[in-house]
Amino acid sequence: MADLHTVNKSPFDKNSLEAAIKFSQAGSSILLIEDGVYGAMKGTSAEAMVKGAMGDKKMYALKSDLMARAIKDDRIIEGVTVVDYAGFVDLVEANDKVQAWL
Amino acid sequence: MPIEVNGKTLETDEEGYLANINEWEPGVAEVMAKEDELDLTDEHWEIIKFLREYYEEYQIAPAVRVLTKAVGKKMGKDKGNSKYLYGLFPYGPGKQACRYAGLPKPTGCV
Amino acid sequence: MSDIKKFMYLNRRAPYGTIYAWESLEVVLIGAAFDQQVSLMFMDDGVFQLVKGSDTSQSDMKNFLPTYRTLGDYGVRHLYVDKASLEARGLTTDDLIEVAWEDFETEEEVDNIVEAVDADQVVQLMAESEVVFSF
Repeated sequence: MADLHTVNKSPFDKNSLEAAIKFSQAGSSILLIEDGVYGAMKGTSAEAMVKGAMGDKKMYALKSDLMARAIKDDRIIEGVTVVDYAGFVDLVEANDKVQAWL
Repeated sequence: MPIEVNGKTLETDEEGYLANINEWEPGVAEVMAKEDELDLTDEHWEIIKFLREYYEEYQIAPAVRVLTKAVGKKMGKDKGNSKYLYGLFPYGPGKQACRYAGLPKPTGCV
Repeated sequence: MSDIKKFMYLNRRAPYGTIYAWESLEVVLIGAAFDQQVSLMFMDDGVFQLVKGSDTSQSDMKNFLPTYRTLGDYGVRHLYVDKASLEARGLTTDDLIEVAWEDFETEEEVDNIVEAVDADQVVQLMAESEVVFSF
């Protein structure tokens, strides 16, 4: 079993995503929510970091927050899984605990 | 204070603006106008309809200055002036007409 | 009372995660009642405020993107966007909404007052402003 890490801050504003990636174990899941979903965007200065993390961690982003921020499917980094609220709940269930990076 | 419109009770805020814009129907304007002892004419409805469309497009109730300009652009200068609009809505076209149209109080109105 | 000042609203926050973007927009709309020369500057995550295609139907938040398009009617003359901030986020001006401006007296029209500017221009524009409000 592993942990679910949630990130709700923009990677361009705070280093929450960077910290979540750095301090989470291999096999962890990282879920981007609220302003955290900007980390799922292609072609940004944070893309390389996110892609690098996907070597041994799974990356998710919450659909409703992507929609509000006009991040369409074709702009999302390949390999990032889009989940809805039900998917969020599934992730919480599937992991030992949830750790929030604010 | 809630208002009664066609048998339904609709919530309003402390200044009489409809709490939920989606509950609006023409009866709302009629009930509010009756309380103000104002008879609604086609000219009133034209402005109320215009405000509903403005909100639909921009998601805000326009300030009176902006409303006046926008009405002038759409309906001509003889309607896009404060004399005409205050003639229709003596309590202020921004406040009174927005209230009848179910919109929130215009941003910037005190 | 009649001296017109150059106001700049500086927006550096993403639109929905915090209340700053909406508060800034409200202050601009309220402040428009006073005849001043108003421009808005979007930099860092603030550039996300102008990205078109926002859909808040599943978020229980008000989508205030359409409200930016009325700023021209409120007398705002310029919406400046920092180029480097766009580039760092994989965005171009094609991703942004357009805002029209029109003088109802002179019928002078500008189709789009959203403009990308480089760092030197940002410095210049901020230096020229007499008051800068930060959000």
